[in-house]
Amino acid sequence: MIPSESEMYNALAERHGADFQKKVKSASVAVCGIGGLGSNIAIALARAGVGRIHIVDFDRVDISNLNRQQYFPEQLGMYKTDALKETLSHIAPYCEIVTDCVRLDETNISELLKDDDIICEAFDSAEAKAVLVNCVLEKLPEKYLVSGSGMAGIDSANTIKTRRVMKKLYICGDGESDVSDGTGLYSSRVMVCAGHQAHTIIRIISGKYDV
Amino acid sequence: MITVNGEKLDFSGTVSELLAVMEYNGKRVAVELNENIVSKAEYENTLLDDGDKLEIVRFVGGG
Repeated sequence: MIPSESEMYNALAERHGADFQKKVKSASVAVCGIGGLGSNIAIALARAGVGRIHIVDFDRVDISNLNRQQYFPEQLGMYKTDALKETLSHIAPYCEIVTDCVRLDETNISELLKDDDIICEAFDSAEAKAVLVNCVLEKLPEKYLVSGSGMAGIDSANTIKTRRVMKKLYICGDGESDVSDGTGLYSSRVMVCAGHQAHTIIRIISGKYDV
Repeated sequence: MITVNGEKLDFSGTVSELLAVMEYNGKRVAVELNENIVSKAEYENTLLDDGDKLEIVRFVGGG
């Protein structure tokens, strides 16, 4: 027997404050890419009580993901959208979870993301990151956008920062460490970056736009 | 003189040429010119003027 929706909401409001919880409950956030960054970001948002989480990814859970992504060995082979929806439903059973199992590109970004207030870029490839960010800035200029760039390798976690680089664009990461340099991705450092992104989203929802 | 990411730079040319000078891959950046996003298709035709302010965001892989 799990708590009722109002019991869970009130427990969050008691901890976060009623004003904050109301804003978070009515927010809709798209998490684009649910690998190391996105799966951790979505979980943080679900725990905070975000009312609607829209997860987008075309990929399936692979054994190589388990070092840092929030999936379980028994979920291998599942679409990440289905697997993460399962996990998010356990964490936040009353959260509206919308899934799109699709590859985002110039042809579908503006249509698929039009109903979300805040868009989180959490892709792996640098080119895909650039496509999403450019497309949202051009076609959906009213949206806030939080992107991750530079979290590979085992350098200090303290080099990961959040910068507000444009009016609606925030970038989290060290801006430098590229996974293609063969540096690998460590769950702890990826989670630092995911934490920066999730926290920036939470701050934007609560009306705090500075970094 | 233009300003790129807050730093003054003596440069004349297009956005494409600036990216080449900075050794940035045009497929991995977002460019804002005087607070307006420049679409990738316009990089080659957008000539920078004295006093222009640019923000260039470079993306690296990993996620």
